[in-house]
Amino acid sequence: MTIKLKTPISEEEIRKLRVGDEVLLSGIIVTGRDQAHKLMVEKKPDFIRPYLENSVIYHCGPVVRRNPDGTWVFVSAGPTTSIREEPYQGDVICEYRLRGVIGKGGMGRKTLEALKRCGAVYFHAVGGAGTLIANSVKRVADVFMLEEFGTPEAFWVIEVEDLPLVVTMDSHGESIHERILESSKEKFMALAGLK
Amino acid sequence: MELKEALVELLRRAATDLPPDVERALKEAYEREDEGTPAKAVFRTILENVRMAREKSTPICQDTGSLIFYVDLPPGQDHGPYIEAINAAAEEATRRQYLRPNAVNPITGKNSGNNIGKNHPFIHFHQWDRDEVRIRLLLKGGGSENVGAQYKLPDSRLKAGRDLEGVRKVVLDAVFQAQGKGCSPGTVAVAIGGDRITSYMLSKELLFRKIGERHPEPEIAEFERRLYRELNQLGIGPMGFGGKTTVLDVFVDWQHRHPATFFVAITYNCWAFRRKTLYIKEGEVSYDD
Repeated sequence: MTIKLKTPISEEEIRKLRVGDEVLLSGIIVTGRDQAHKLMVEKKPDFIRPYLENSVIYHCGPVVRRNPDGTWVFVSAGPTTSIREEPYQGDVICEYRLRGVIGKGGMGRKTLEALKRCGAVYFHAVGGAGTLIANSVKRVADVFMLEEFGTPEAFWVIEVEDLPLVVTMDSHGESIHERILESSKEKFMALAGLK
Repeated sequence: MELKEALVELLRRAATDLPPDVERALKEAYEREDEGTPAKAVFRTILENVRMAREKSTPICQDTGSLIFYVDLPPGQDHGPYIEAINAAAEEATRRQYLRPNAVNPITGKNSGNNIGKNHPFIHFHQWDRDEVRIRLLLKGGGSENVGAQYKLPDSRLKAGRDLEGVRKVVLDAVFQAQGKGCSPGTVAVAIGGDRITSYMLSKELLFRKIGERHPEPEIAEFERRLYRELNQLGIGPMGFGGKTTVLDVFVDWQHRHPATFFVAITYNCWAFRRKTLYIKEGEVSYDD
Protein backbone atom coordinates (compact mmCIF):
# COMPACT_ATOMS: atom_id res chain seq x y z
CA MET A 1 0.00 0.00 0.00
CA THR A 2 1.29 3.45 -0.87
CA ILE A 3 1.11 6.18 1.77
CA LYS A 4 0.56 9.80 0.74
CA LEU A 5 2.42 12.43 2.76
CA LYS A 6 2.55 16.20 2.48
CA THR A 7 4.97 18.63 4.13
CA PRO A 8 4.86 20.02 6.77
CA ILE A 9 4.82 16.59 8.43
CA SER A 10 4.16 16.05 12.12
CA GLU A 11 6.32 13.88 14.35
CA GLU A 12 3.32 11.64 14.95
CA GLU A 13 2.88 10.99 11.21
CA ILE A 14 6.56 10.23 10.72
CA ARG A 15 6.65 7.79 13.65
CA LYS A 16 3.90 5.74 12.02
CA LEU A 17 6.18 4.91 9.09
CA ARG A 18 8.05 1.60 9.00
CA VAL A 19 10.84 0.32 6.78
CA GLY A 20 9.51 -1.03 3.50
CA ASP A 21 6.64 1.49 3.32
CA GLU A 22 6.15 3.04 -0.11
CA VAL A 23 5.44 6.77 0.08
CA LEU A 24 4.33 9.46 -2.36
CA LEU A 25 5.63 12.77 -1.00
CA SER A 26 4.21 16.20 -1.84
CA GLY A 27 4.89 19.75 -0.64
CA ILE A 28 7.90 21.99 -0.13
CA ILE A 29 11.27 20.30 0.40
CA VAL A 30 14.90 21.45 0.10
CA THR A 31 17.88 19.98 -1.76
CA GLY A 32 21.24 19.96 -0.05
CA ARG A 33 24.37 17.91 -0.37
CA ASP A 34 28.04 18.02 0.62
CA GLN A 35 28.74 21.75 0.90
CA ALA A 36 25.26 22.48 2.29
CA HIS A 37 25.67 19.94 5.10
CA LYS A 38 29.12 21.17 5.98
CA LEU A 39 27.73 24.71 6.16
CA MET A 40 24.71 23.73 8.27
CA VAL A 41 26.91 22.06 10.86
CA GLU A 42 29.74 24.59 10.92
CA LYS A 43 27.75 27.86 10.59
CA LYS A 44 24.14 26.89 11.44
CA PRO A 45 22.66 29.46 9.02
CA ASP A 46 19.12 30.65 9.73
CA PHE A 47 18.04 31.45 6.16
CA ILE A 48 17.17 27.80 5.50
CA ARG A 49 15.56 27.09 8.88
CA PRO A 50 11.93 27.91 7.98
CA TYR A 51 12.03 25.61 4.95
CA LEU A 52 13.52 22.65 6.80
CA GLU A 53 11.39 22.60 9.95
CA ASN A 54 8.95 19.66 9.74
CA SER A 55 10.09 19.14 6.17
CA VAL A 56 12.60 17.02 4.34
CA ILE A 57 16.10 17.53 2.93
CA TYR A 58 16.85 15.90 -0.39
CA HIS A 59 20.40 14.77 -1.27
CA CYS A 60 20.34 15.88 -4.87
CA GLY A 61 22.47 17.86 -7.29
CA PRO A 62 20.01 18.67 -10.05
CA VAL A 63 20.29 19.71 -13.67
CA VAL A 64 18.30 22.96 -13.90
CA ARG A 65 17.24 25.30 -16.66
CA ARG A 66 16.64 29.04 -16.34
CA ASN A 67 13.76 30.46 -18.33
CA PRO A 68 14.03 33.87 -19.99
CA ASP A 69 11.72 35.27 -17.27
CA GLY A 70 14.22 34.22 -14.59
CA THR A 71 12.27 31.25 -13.23
CA TRP A 72 13.98 27.87 -12.81
CA VAL A 73 12.93 24.44 -14.02
CA PHE A 74 14.30 21.09 -12.78
CA VAL A 75 15.38 19.01 -15.77
CA SER A 76 16.90 15.96 -14.07
CA ALA A 77 16.97 15.45 -10.33
CA GLY A 78 17.67 11.97 -8.95
CA PRO A 79 19.26 11.36 -5.54
CA THR A 80 22.98 11.38 -4.82
CA THR A 81 24.81 9.01 -2.44
CA SER A 82 23.84 9.88 1.13
CA ILE A 83 26.62 8.27 3.11
CA ARG A 84 28.91 11.22 2.42
CA GLU A 85 26.70 13.28 4.75
CA GLU A 86 26.95 10.75 7.58
CA PRO A 87 29.31 12.91 9.68
CA TYR A 88 26.79 15.79 9.53
CA GLN A 89 23.32 14.34 9.06
CA GLY A 90 22.38 13.48 12.64
CA ASP A 91 23.21 16.99 13.86
CA VAL A 92 21.38 18.59 10.92
CA ILE A 93 18.24 16.53 11.57
CA CYS A 94 17.99 17.56 15.22
CA GLU A 95 19.25 21.16 14.81
CA TYR A 96 16.85 21.98 11.95
CA ARG A 97 14.00 19.73 13.18
CA LEU A 98 13.82 17.76 9.97
CA ARG A 99 11.23 15.00 9.56
CA GLY A 100 13.05 13.21 6.82
CA VAL A 101 16.03 12.80 4.58
CA ILE A 102 15.78 11.66 0.95
CA GLY A 103 18.76 10.11 -0.74
CA LYS A 104 20.20 6.87 -1.96
CA GLY A 105 22.35 4.10 -0.55
CA GLY A 106 21.22 4.57 3.05
CA MET A 107 23.11 6.01 6.01
CA GLY A 108 24.90 4.84 9.12
CA ARG A 109 24.45 4.38 12.84
CA LYS A 110 24.76 8.04 13.80
CA THR A 111 21.95 9.03 11.46
CA LEU A 112 19.80 6.07 12.50
CA GLU A 113 20.07 7.20 16.12
CA ALA A 114 19.15 10.77 15.23
CA LEU A 115 16.09 9.52 13.31
CA LYS A 116 14.99 7.75 16.46
CA ARG A 117 15.84 10.54 18.89
CA CYS A 118 14.43 13.48 16.92
CA GLY A 119 11.62 11.76 14.98
CA ALA A 120 12.52 11.43 11.32
CA VAL A 121 12.93 8.78 8.62
CA TYR A 122 15.24 8.09 5.71
CA PHE A 123 13.43 7.91 2.41
CA HIS A 124 15.15 6.14 -0.46
CA ALA A 125 14.55 7.56 -3.93
CA VAL A 126 15.45 5.55 -7.03
CA GLY A 127 19.02 6.43 -7.94
CA GLY A 128 19.37 7.43 -11.56
CA ALA A 129 15.68 8.23 -12.00
CA GLY A 130 16.58 11.81 -12.83
CA THR A 131 13.96 12.65 -15.41
CA LEU A 132 11.09 10.95 -13.59
CA ILE A 133 11.81 12.75 -10.33
CA ALA A 134 12.30 16.10 -12.08
CA ASN A 135 8.85 15.58 -13.52
CA SER A 136 7.39 15.48 -10.03
CA VAL A 137 9.04 18.82 -9.18
CA LYS A 138 6.23 21.27 -9.86
CA ARG A 139 7.96 24.50 -8.96
CA VAL A 140 11.26 25.97 -7.82
CA ALA A 141 10.29 28.30 -5.00
CA ASP A 142 13.72 29.69 -4.17
CA VAL A 143 17.44 29.00 -4.27
CA PHE A 144 20.20 29.82 -1.77
CA MET A 145 24.00 29.78 -2.10
CA LEU A 146 23.82 29.28 -5.85
CA GLU A 147 26.73 31.59 -6.61
CA GLU A 148 28.93 30.18 -3.84
CA PHE A 149 28.22 26.47 -4.29
CA GLY A 150 27.25 26.08 -7.95
CA THR A 151 24.17 24.35 -9.36
CA PRO A 152 24.59 20.83 -7.94
CA GLU A 153 25.43 22.00 -4.39
CA ALA A 154 23.02 24.90 -3.87
CA PHE A 155 19.98 24.78 -1.57
CA TRP A 156 17.04 24.49 -3.97
CA VAL A 157 13.65 25.04 -2.34
CA ILE A 158 11.21 23.04 -4.44
CA GLU A 159 7.59 21.96 -4.44
CA VAL A 160 7.12 18.29 -5.30
CA GLU A 161 4.06 16.25 -6.08
CA ASP A 162 3.85 12.51 -5.56
CA LEU A 163 7.59 11.92 -5.39
CA PRO A 164 7.94 8.07 -5.22
CA LEU A 165 9.99 6.93 -2.21
CA VAL A 166 10.59 3.90 -0.03
CA VAL A 167 11.26 4.17 3.72
CA THR A 168 14.51 2.29 4.27
CA MET A 169 15.39 3.62 7.75
CA ASP A 170 12.65 4.44 10.25
CA SER A 171 12.34 6.21 13.59
CA HIS A 172 12.27 2.90 15.46
CA GLY A 173 15.89 1.93 14.79
CA GLU A 174 15.16 -0.30 11.79
CA SER A 175 17.27 -0.15 8.61
CA ILE A 176 16.83 -2.17 5.43
CA HIS A 177 20.45 -1.33 4.62
CA GLU A 178 21.71 -3.01 7.79
CA ARG A 179 19.50 -6.00 7.14
CA ILE A 180 20.76 -6.46 3.56
CA LEU A 181 24.34 -5.90 4.66
CA GLU A 182 23.99 -8.77 7.16
CA SER A 183 22.28 -11.20 4.79
CA SER A 184 24.63 -10.45 1.88
CA LYS A 185 27.64 -10.74 4.20
CA GLU A 186 26.67 -14.27 5.07
CA LYS A 187 26.33 -15.15 1.36
CA PHE A 188 29.60 -13.43 0.54
CA MET A 189 31.52 -15.31 3.26
CA ALA A 190 30.13 -18.62 2.02
CA LEU A 191 30.87 -17.91 -1.66
CA ALA A 192 34.38 -16.66 -0.90
CA GLY A 193 35.06 -19.67 1.33
CA LEU A 194 35.76 -17.44 4.32
CA LYS A 195 33.73 -19.36 6.88
CA MET B 1 27.59 18.09 -40.27
CA GLU B 2 30.03 20.18 -38.33
CA LEU B 3 32.13 18.08 -35.92
CA LYS B 4 31.07 20.07 -32.87
CA GLU B 5 27.36 19.61 -33.63
CA ALA B 6 27.87 15.88 -34.23
CA LEU B 7 29.54 15.66 -30.82
CA VAL B 8 26.76 17.60 -29.08
CA GLU B 9 24.38 15.02 -30.56
CA LEU B 10 26.62 12.20 -29.31
CA LEU B 11 26.50 13.71 -25.80
CA ARG B 12 22.74 14.19 -26.00
CA ARG B 13 22.19 10.58 -27.04
CA ALA B 14 24.49 9.24 -24.34
CA ALA B 15 22.84 11.27 -21.57
CA THR B 16 19.22 10.74 -22.57
CA ASP B 17 18.92 7.49 -24.53
CA LEU B 18 19.90 4.29 -22.70
CA PRO B 19 21.41 1.63 -25.03
CA PRO B 20 18.89 -1.10 -25.99
CA ASP B 21 20.98 -3.96 -24.58
CA VAL B 22 21.00 -2.27 -21.16
CA GLU B 23 17.28 -1.52 -21.27
CA ARG B 24 16.56 -5.14 -22.23
CA ALA B 25 18.60 -6.41 -19.27
CA LEU B 26 16.65 -4.08 -16.94
CA LYS B 27 13.33 -5.34 -18.35
CA GLU B 28 14.39 -8.93 -17.74
CA ALA B 29 15.38 -8.00 -14.19
CA TYR B 30 11.95 -6.41 -13.66
CA GLU B 31 10.22 -9.60 -14.87
CA ARG B 32 12.23 -11.71 -12.43
CA GLU B 33 11.26 -9.81 -9.26
CA ASP B 34 8.16 -10.74 -7.25
CA GLU B 35 5.06 -8.52 -7.24
CA GLY B 36 4.72 -6.19 -4.27
CA THR B 37 8.44 -6.02 -3.40
CA PRO B 38 10.44 -2.78 -3.23
CA ALA B 39 12.74 -4.35 -5.88
CA LYS B 40 9.86 -4.65 -8.34
CA ALA B 41 8.87 -1.02 -7.65
CA VAL B 42 12.44 0.15 -8.26
CA PHE B 43 12.67 -1.57 -11.64
CA ARG B 44 9.27 -0.19 -12.62
CA THR B 45 10.46 3.34 -11.75
CA ILE B 46 13.76 2.81 -13.60
CA LEU B 47 12.05 1.64 -16.79
CA GLU B 48 9.51 4.45 -16.66
CA ASN B 49 12.33 6.94 -16.16
CA VAL B 50 14.30 5.53 -19.12
CA ARG B 51 11.23 5.89 -21.34
CA MET B 52 10.53 9.45 -20.18
CA ALA B 53 14.14 10.58 -20.59
CA ARG B 54 14.21 9.34 -24.18
CA GLU B 55 10.86 10.94 -24.95
CA LYS B 56 11.68 14.30 -23.38
CA SER B 57 15.34 14.26 -24.36
CA THR B 58 16.41 15.02 -20.78
CA PRO B 59 19.17 13.31 -18.78
CA ILE B 60 18.31 9.79 -17.54
CA CYS B 61 20.27 10.63 -14.40
CA GLN B 62 21.11 14.14 -13.21
CA ASP B 63 24.66 12.95 -12.66
CA THR B 64 25.68 12.99 -16.28
CA GLY B 65 29.06 11.75 -15.21
CA SER B 66 32.65 12.33 -16.09
CA LEU B 67 33.02 12.69 -19.84
CA ILE B 68 35.43 10.06 -21.10
CA PHE B 69 36.15 10.00 -24.82
CA TYR B 70 38.04 7.36 -26.82
CA VAL B 71 39.02 8.73 -30.22
CA ASP B 72 40.42 6.47 -32.95
CA LEU B 73 41.95 8.39 -35.85
CA PRO B 74 43.27 7.36 -39.26
CA PRO B 75 47.00 8.06 -39.80
CA GLY B 76 47.93 11.65 -40.41
CA GLN B 77 45.15 13.37 -38.50
CA ASP B 78 45.95 15.87 -35.76
CA HIS B 79 44.48 15.71 -32.26
CA GLY B 80 44.02 19.47 -32.01
CA PRO B 81 40.75 19.91 -33.91
CA TYR B 82 39.19 17.00 -31.97
CA ILE B 83 40.20 18.41 -28.60
CA GLU B 84 38.78 21.77 -29.60
CA ALA B 85 35.51 20.30 -30.92
CA ILE B 86 35.02 18.03 -27.89
CA ASN B 87 35.50 20.93 -25.49
CA ALA B 88 33.15 23.16 -27.47
CA ALA B 89 30.55 20.36 -27.65
CA ALA B 90 30.77 19.67 -23.92
CA GLU B 91 30.21 23.36 -23.20
CA GLU B 92 27.27 23.53 -25.60
CA ALA B 93 25.70 20.31 -24.26
CA THR B 94 25.98 21.73 -20.73
CA ARG B 95 24.29 24.94 -21.87
CA ARG B 96 21.45 22.87 -23.34
CA GLN B 97 21.11 20.89 -20.05
CA TYR B 98 22.06 17.56 -21.61
CA LEU B 99 24.91 17.62 -19.11
CA ARG B 100 25.28 18.85 -15.56
CA PRO B 101 28.41 20.91 -14.90
CA ASN B 102 30.64 18.24 -13.33
CA ALA B 103 34.15 19.68 -13.38
CA VAL B 104 35.20 20.82 -9.90
CA ASN B 105 38.56 22.30 -8.99
CA PRO B 106 39.73 20.15 -6.05
CA ILE B 107 41.83 22.96 -4.56
CA THR B 108 39.31 25.81 -4.59
CA GLY B 109 36.10 23.73 -4.65
CA LYS B 110 34.85 25.85 -7.55
CA ASN B 111 32.77 24.22 -10.27
CA SER B 112 33.90 25.45 -13.70
CA GLY B 113 30.25 25.60 -14.71
CA ASN B 114 30.72 24.30 -18.24
CA ASN B 115 32.34 20.86 -17.87
CA ILE B 116 35.67 22.22 -19.08
CA GLY B 117 38.66 21.83 -16.80
CA LYS B 118 42.05 20.27 -16.40
CA ASN B 119 41.78 16.75 -17.90
CA HIS B 120 38.01 17.18 -18.19
CA PRO B 121 36.65 15.99 -20.59
CA PHE B 122 39.28 13.26 -20.64
CA ILE B 123 40.22 12.12 -24.14
CA HIS B 124 42.07 8.91 -25.01
CA PHE B 125 43.59 9.19 -28.51
CA HIS B 126 44.54 6.20 -30.57
CA GLN B 127 45.65 5.85 -34.16
CA TRP B 128 44.27 2.99 -36.19
CA ASP B 129 44.60 1.83 -39.79
CA ARG B 130 40.96 2.24 -40.83
CA ASP B 131 39.99 5.19 -43.01
CA GLU B 132 37.26 6.31 -40.62
CA VAL B 133 37.12 8.16 -37.33
CA ARG B 134 35.51 6.49 -34.33
CA ILE B 135 34.62 8.48 -31.22
CA ARG B 136 33.35 6.45 -28.28
CA LEU B 137 31.89 8.18 -25.24
CA LEU B 138 31.32 6.95 -21.72
CA LEU B 139 29.38 9.08 -19.22
CA LYS B 140 30.64 7.67 -15.95
CA GLY B 141 28.60 8.54 -12.86
CA GLY B 142 30.46 9.64 -9.73
CA GLY B 143 28.53 7.48 -7.25
CA SER B 144 29.41 4.29 -9.07
CA GLU B 145 32.99 5.45 -9.61
CA ASN B 146 33.35 5.75 -5.84
CA VAL B 147 32.62 2.03 -5.34
CA GLY B 148 35.22 0.86 -7.86
CA ALA B 149 38.30 -0.79 -6.37
CA GLN B 150 41.81 -1.92 -7.20
CA TYR B 151 43.19 -4.97 -5.39
CA LYS B 152 46.76 -6.16 -5.07
CA LEU B 153 47.07 -9.93 -4.85
CA PRO B 154 47.75 -11.77 -2.65
CA ASP B 155 45.20 -10.33 -0.25
CA SER B 156 45.45 -11.91 3.18
CA ARG B 157 42.15 -10.51 4.49
CA LEU B 158 40.29 -12.32 1.70
CA LYS B 159 42.68 -15.27 1.50
CA ALA B 160 42.95 -14.41 -2.17
CA GLY B 161 46.02 -15.71 -4.01
CA ARG B 162 47.54 -14.91 -7.38
CA ASP B 163 45.19 -16.95 -9.53
CA LEU B 164 41.67 -16.83 -10.96
CA GLU B 165 40.26 -18.06 -7.67
CA GLY B 166 41.87 -15.05 -5.96
CA VAL B 167 40.35 -12.77 -8.58
CA ARG B 168 36.93 -14.31 -7.95
CA LYS B 169 37.20 -13.51 -4.24
CA VAL B 170 38.13 -9.86 -4.72
CA VAL B 171 35.33 -9.31 -7.23
CA LEU B 172 32.84 -10.78 -4.75
CA ASP B 173 34.30 -8.50 -2.08
CA ALA B 174 34.06 -5.37 -4.25
CA VAL B 175 30.40 -5.94 -5.09
CA PHE B 176 29.58 -6.91 -1.50
CA GLN B 177 31.27 -3.72 -0.25
CA ALA B 178 29.43 -1.62 -2.83
CA GLN B 179 26.01 -2.83 -1.61
CA GLY B 180 23.45 -0.58 -3.34
CA LYS B 181 25.67 2.50 -3.27
CA GLY B 182 26.82 2.38 -6.88
CA CYS B 183 23.16 2.39 -8.03
CA SER B 184 22.78 -1.35 -8.43
CA PRO B 185 22.19 -3.40 -10.45
CA GLY B 186 25.60 -2.53 -11.79
CA THR B 187 27.72 -3.76 -14.64
CA VAL B 188 31.08 -4.93 -13.32
CA ALA B 189 34.22 -4.63 -15.44
CA VAL B 190 37.23 -6.58 -14.19
CA ALA B 191 40.79 -6.18 -15.49
CA ILE B 192 43.40 -8.71 -14.44
CA GLY B 193 47.11 -7.80 -14.64
CA GLY B 194 48.86 -4.69 -15.90
CA ASP B 195 50.16 -1.90 -13.67
CA ARG B 196 48.26 0.55 -11.46
CA ILE B 197 47.21 2.70 -14.43
CA THR B 198 46.69 0.13 -17.16
CA SER B 199 44.55 -2.10 -14.95
CA TYR B 200 41.96 0.65 -14.52
CA MET B 201 42.34 1.67 -18.16
CA LEU B 202 41.53 -1.83 -19.34
CA SER B 203 38.56 -2.23 -17.01
CA LYS B 204 37.05 1.12 -18.10
CA GLU B 205 37.33 0.29 -21.76
CA LEU B 206 35.56 -3.03 -21.18
CA LEU B 207 32.42 -0.97 -20.66
CA PHE B 208 32.10 -0.65 -24.42
CA ARG B 209 31.05 -4.27 -24.57
CA LYS B 210 27.34 -5.03 -24.94
CA ILE B 211 25.40 -6.74 -22.16
CA GLY B 212 25.59 -10.49 -22.74
CA GLU B 213 28.74 -10.29 -24.87
CA ARG B 214 31.22 -12.88 -23.60
CA HIS B 215 35.01 -12.90 -23.73
CA PRO B 216 36.32 -14.81 -26.80
CA GLU B 217 38.44 -17.14 -24.64
CA PRO B 218 36.20 -19.93 -23.27
CA GLU B 219 37.90 -20.04 -19.87
CA ILE B 220 37.36 -16.30 -19.32
CA ALA B 221 33.81 -16.49 -20.69
CA GLU B 222 33.02 -19.26 -18.22
CA PHE B 223 34.59 -17.19 -15.43
CA GLU B 224 32.29 -14.27 -16.38
CA ARG B 225 29.24 -16.51 -16.23
CA ARG B 226 30.24 -17.85 -12.84
CA LEU B 227 30.81 -14.36 -11.42
CA TYR B 228 27.45 -13.19 -12.80
CA ARG B 229 25.70 -16.11 -11.13
CA GLU B 230 27.47 -15.73 -7.79
CA LEU B 231 27.21 -11.96 -7.56
CA ASN B 232 23.47 -12.22 -8.06
CA GLN B 233 23.31 -14.75 -5.22
CA LEU B 234 24.43 -11.96 -2.85
CA GLY B 235 20.81 -10.76 -2.91
CA ILE B 236 21.70 -7.05 -2.65
CA GLY B 237 19.21 -6.22 -5.38
CA PRO B 238 18.35 -2.88 -7.02
CA MET B 239 19.36 0.10 -4.84
CA GLY B 240 20.37 -2.41 -2.16
CA PHE B 241 16.74 -3.12 -1.22
CA GLY B 242 17.25 -6.87 -1.63
CA GLY B 243 16.31 -8.74 -4.79
CA LYS B 244 17.27 -11.19 -7.47
CA THR B 245 19.39 -8.91 -9.64
CA THR B 246 22.49 -7.32 -8.12
CA VAL B 247 24.51 -7.07 -11.35
CA LEU B 248 23.41 -6.84 -14.99
CA ASP B 249 26.58 -8.37 -16.33
CA VAL B 250 30.26 -9.00 -15.65
CA PHE B 251 32.99 -8.26 -18.21
CA VAL B 252 36.48 -9.65 -17.66
CA ASP B 253 39.75 -9.22 -19.56
CA TRP B 254 43.43 -9.67 -18.77
CA GLN B 255 46.83 -8.33 -19.75
CA HIS B 256 50.36 -9.36 -18.90
CA ARG B 257 51.67 -8.29 -15.52
CA HIS B 258 55.07 -7.61 -13.98
CA PRO B 259 56.39 -10.72 -12.13
CA ALA B 260 56.21 -8.82 -8.82
CA THR B 261 52.70 -7.38 -9.19
CA PHE B 262 49.20 -8.77 -9.58
CA PHE B 263 46.56 -6.05 -9.80
CA VAL B 264 42.86 -6.53 -10.26
CA ALA B 265 40.90 -3.38 -11.15
CA ILE B 266 37.14 -3.38 -10.81
CA THR B 267 35.10 -0.63 -12.38
CA TYR B 268 31.49 -0.54 -11.28
CA ASN B 269 28.99 1.08 -13.59
CA CYS B 270 25.56 2.08 -12.30
CA TRP B 271 22.40 0.67 -13.94
CA ALA B 272 22.32 3.86 -16.03
CA PHE B 273 25.07 2.51 -18.23
CA ARG B 274 25.56 5.34 -20.69
CA ARG B 275 27.78 4.84 -23.72
CA LYS B 276 27.47 5.84 -27.38
CA THR B 277 29.70 5.77 -30.44
CA LEU B 278 30.05 8.07 -33.40
CA TYR B 279 31.66 7.21 -36.75
CA ILE B 280 32.80 9.61 -39.42
CA LYS B 281 33.51 8.14 -42.82
CA GLU B 282 33.95 10.25 -45.95
CA GLY B 283 32.26 13.12 -44.18
CA GLU B 284 29.23 11.04 -43.21
CA VAL B 285 28.34 10.82 -39.52
CA SER B 286 26.63 7.77 -38.02
CA TYR B 287 25.85 6.72 -34.44
CA ASP B 288 25.88 3.41 -32.64
CA ASP B 289 25.27 2.23 -29.06
